[in-house]
Amino acid sequence: MIRTLSFLPGNTPNMLINGETLGADALILDLEDAVSPAEKDTARILVRNYLRTQRIRKTFLIVRINATDTAYWRDDLAIILPEKPDAVLPTKVSGRQMLDTLTAEMSRVEQDAGLERPTPLLPLIETAMGVENAIEIASYSDRIMGLALGGEDLTADLHCKRTKEGQEIFYARTRLVCAARAAGVNVFDTPFTDVDDMEGLEKDAQFAKALGFSGKLVISPRHIDTVNAVFSPTEEEIEYARLILACIRDAKAQGKGVVSLRGKMIDAPIVARARQVVEDARQIFGEEEDTDE
Amino acid sequence: MNKLIASIKEALRLAGIRDGMTLSFHHHLRNGDHVINMTVAALREMGIKDINLSASSLFQVHAPIIDAFEDETITSVESDYIGGDVGRAISMGRLKKKAVFRSHGHRPADIENGKMHIDIAIIAAPSSDASGNCTGKYGKSACGSLGYAMPDARCADRVIVVTDHLVSYPLPDFSIPETQVDYVVQVDSIGDPAGIVSSTTKITRDPVGLRIAAYAAQSILHSGLLKDGFSFQTGAGGASLAAAMYLKDIMLKQNIHGSFCMGGITGYLVDMLNAGCFEQLMDVQCFDLKAVESIRTNPRHREVSATHYAAPGPRGCIADHLDAVILGATEVDLNFNVNVHTDSQGVIMGGSGGHSDVAAGAKLAIIVAPLTRARLPLIVNRVNCISTPGSTVDLLVTQYGLAVNPSKTELKERLKAARLPVCSLEELKAKAEEMSGIPAPIFKGEKVVADVLYRDGGLMDQIHGVF
Repeated sequence: MIRTLSFLPGNTPNMLINGETLGADALILDLEDAVSPAEKDTARILVRNYLRTQRIRKTFLIVRINATDTAYWRDDLAIILPEKPDAVLPTKVSGRQMLDTLTAEMSRVEQDAGLERPTPLLPLIETAMGVENAIEIASYSDRIMGLALGGEDLTADLHCKRTKEGQEIFYARTRLVCAARAAGVNVFDTPFTDVDDMEGLEKDAQFAKALGFSGKLVISPRHIDTVNAVFSPTEEEIEYARLILACIRDAKAQGKGVVSLRGKMIDAPIVARARQVVEDARQIFGEEEDTDE
Repeated sequence: MNKLIASIKEALRLAGIRDGMTLSFHHHLRNGDHVINMTVAALREMGIKDINLSASSLFQVHAPIIDAFEDETITSVESDYIGGDVGRAISMGRLKKKAVFRSHGHRPADIENGKMHIDIAIIAAPSSDASGNCTGKYGKSACGSLGYAMPDARCADRVIVVTDHLVSYPLPDFSIPETQVDYVVQVDSIGDPAGIVSSTTKITRDPVGLRIAAYAAQSILHSGLLKDGFSFQTGAGGASLAAAMYLKDIMLKQNIHGSFCMGGITGYLVDMLNAGCFEQLMDVQCFDLKAVESIRTNPRHREVSATHYAAPGPRGCIADHLDAVILGATEVDLNFNVNVHTDSQGVIMGGSGGHSDVAAGAKLAIIVAPLTRARLPLIVNRVNCISTPGSTVDLLVTQYGLAVNPSKTELKERLKAARLPVCSLEELKAKAEEMSGIPAPIFKGEKVVADVLYRDGGLMDQIHGVF
């Protein structure tokens, strides 16, 4: 389960070496915006070496590569893919054509490196065209592990102002959630960009969770704990989910068809949700799986 | 009775200064202090030799006294903390006799029980009247508490107050009474305000420091100690303050009302007092202007002496009442021993201060430190100098995980149950060495340049020269 995806500049050794300690479920090792043109090769080598070091946790490692209209992205793939990152995050993905170009190059590098498994992709949707083509991108191929929304570039493309309230990206948010869920992949919300506004961050993350996002990108390590907390089930939710699963188990044993708990009917969607909560808790906290069948 | 004397030199003469005496100083003016340097300059002009300088701490600003090591005006130093070039000079063997390190609690204990006899105490006072009623709460050089000067004033044979803010008699809110003072000297400046207290003390924004701080606060929360009546001490370092910030959030959310906070007081602890997290602040030293303002105006912010703070003994001290403390380290070894005296080259760069006192007194002593610093691993087989014995340390918190002292089985279970990343010291050491390699052993000279005494008076360790 990935609740937080934290950006780390690929050219800062101290940040890279401590990256896993910051608590994010996934790290996005950035070769793009955070790295100046003069440092692109340095960052590639540092990120390559970092991918080779031993992990202390099962942090999901994603590399953000440079856009396909730059001179850097092919070198990024050539250096990074052989180290088997958990995923690659391409930027400004607008549709099938761009993905065709990208995945053709990826397949070539992967074949040369003798990799057996195609590297997953987490496309960053940050253009109007990308939003409109969300379902096409989400269902492009098995490589797609999810969609991520980039609100800053998107609002520039939409010719509107980015606000904390986020009315201007509401359509993009819901469209991405719908497309990703329809395609059966995860979907991650745009970062909250005010580093010091922790209340605003919590509100923004709660709103994203309410819309159906799986998690959220973060640009400041200080945001990780708050976003993790918002996207984690609470102790009460876990307890209630376990109770539902226990009720279902008892009802099955007793041959009952209809089950109610605290005066409410327990139907299939509620059971599915309870299973999801218990599974999330297992992944986050490493607790024993509940055997409800 | 007129106690006003024209100069420090004249006051020393009247106090009966002679070769071989012990002169004492406090460190409330920290890295802005002028008084130690002015006094040592006077001693050199007078041709006095073989002085034992007893200061509760020494900083970089005191580097000019190194010249007095060379001409043997000063031949020995007793202190709780020796930083900057003074520490380096002692490590280089430039002081004739061994330096002696005590803790902030052991020093006043030895002063009060007569084991450390002070001939003349020179007390820098940001405000005083002509009879010697003095305080740190007022004046252009205000430093807040004068807690470290109190045992010296009470026990020295002669006491000289040096002030740059003379007020009419009587100074109402005095910290040290005239009954303990023999002479008063007015000077233009006792210190540089910029070096005395910070205008503000800032919490770190370093994500690693914040991660460590968050783990430390979570450790306190899940230790079982964080409940009404909770008592706490932390330092002024970035990660320690950040831990206090996290703790404040937890206490406010859970409506926990602590009893007192001890220290080294900063504006953040003042905020915790004012927010209702604690009933009282017990203040032996102020670190910033907000703390100075608070001790001056808030009766729940109390000035306490160094003796009351941490002196061990059957009568007890505040340190013995602490629930949790957060402390730093330059090195930690596999027995949980902590070094805060020397740097990675074995050079003196600090001292215990109250480190070993509060580690011994508190129910939960937490060490916070990054696992590596400038490519050097924090954890070693044996620390270069034992400042605080591992038997008094309960928990090491790094960004990579938490190591619990094996003797604290209940704490370990509690932290594991709270899903904190508990691991062993050995695992943390291996991780650090995987990242940065194993450092080459440091050079240790034959000559011992300093004895490190524990708070019970026993010899804890010795520091060798690096020459």
